[in-house]
Amino acid sequence: MTPLAALLLRDTRLALRIGGGAFIGVLFFLMLVMLVPFAIGPDLALLARIGPAILWLGALLASLLGLDRLLATDHEDGSFDLILMARTPLELAVAAKALAHWVTIGLPLVIAAPLLGILLNLGPRAIGSVALTLLAGTPALTYIGLIGAALTVALRRGGLLIAVLVLPLNIPVLIFGVTASNAAMTGPVPFGILCALSLMSIVLGPFAAAIALRQGLD
Amino acid sequence: MIELSAIDLSCVRAGRQVFRSVCFTLRGGQVLAVTGPNGAGKSSLLRLIAGLLRPSAGSVTLTGGDPELSIGEQAHYVGHQDALKASLTVAENLSFWASILGGAGKVEEALSRVGLGSLAPLPALHLSAGQRRRLSLARLLAIQRPIWLLDEPASSLDAPGGAMLAEITQMHVGGGGLILMAVHGATDIQASAELRLQGPSPNPRGTSRGQTP
Repeated sequence: MTPLAALLLRDTRLALRIGGGAFIGVLFFLMLVMLVPFAIGPDLALLARIGPAILWLGALLASLLGLDRLLATDHEDGSFDLILMARTPLELAVAAKALAHWVTIGLPLVIAAPLLGILLNLGPRAIGSVALTLLAGTPALTYIGLIGAALTVALRRGGLLIAVLVLPLNIPVLIFGVTASNAAMTGPVPFGILCALSLMSIVLGPFAAAIALRQGLD
Repeated sequence: MIELSAIDLSCVRAGRQVFRSVCFTLRGGQVLAVTGPNGAGKSSLLRLIAGLLRPSAGSVTLTGGDPELSIGEQAHYVGHQDALKASLTVAENLSFWASILGGAGKVEEALSRVGLGSLAPLPALHLSAGQRRRLSLARLLAIQRPIWLLDEPASSLDAPGGAMLAEITQMHVGGGGLILMAVHGATDIQASAELRLQGPSPNPRGTSRGQTP
């Protein structure tokens, strides 16, 4: 097995086994979205109008969960020492770890979104566009989060700090994600920008994270 | 024949000089024991050679190895942290590291050599400290790399474990490999030379030099 495939398989396995936290994100997403009708009241028209924004906010917050463990556990138990001594570039290794994180945290959010759309009284077309924009946008959330995880890797309780670091960087993704879900009928431009944000984060995130990790060698 | 040499190596950590002007030369087939009091920089020296720390001065060079690869990429490092995941089984842990460190590896053979053959399907959560150490040592056998950097390799091993460690190190140097190990107290491993680090000394010009054979 190639080193990157091994890393991907290990991180996915770890997330799915007991204590791995793969489904925490999606449960949190569910709770958050379910609370909204209670807070706003049974105004179906209002719910349908703000539904895509609620789903995007929920996904944004849920995607923060687990970021503190994305790199910190490997840093604590010495795994990073060995990954640095492997013959695989650190950039690719962290990209593989982020991909495993997206598969176990981000992808379940995309899959759960249509079900939660029903709770928010979204029409079939709106549900489809929210799921599609989440599919295109959640990789950006993960790979931007990767940078935050790398910057806080040596801190014992870096979770909240990651949220504070990463949330401002996620604002463009949120803006274009929600705009693209609402404007599925008006045009493809916001969706194109959303895809561009994801692709940029996937390319730049691992390099930034690797630089941050190498700076921390001490 | 490979040769690892350090020239005037110095290490500063958190603004504190850990050691300075360390020199040694180590050829294939030799074992260098790094000794010294707590805080003398034994672990730092090994991490520095592995490329996990940067020296503040001096350099480490390897001749006769693969020029395409860094020293760390041709070395095994067994430190205090065992890099094991509690929820993966013993075999999964080892085959993961074998894939990362370069290829399929002889996982089953390595496990039975370190005495963990029967525990392969057990989650690493249930291993004792000595068994975790054995599993870390199994990495050395599963993947061939010419340089071994061992940080107190015998810690928490029982007497048969210590003998097993002595045997595998003997086999490694017999095959032309070289070993740097930080030791504290007696071990079963025969060292060909000793590098004594003095530790933080009040004399700022204190130097440590290994007796190079």
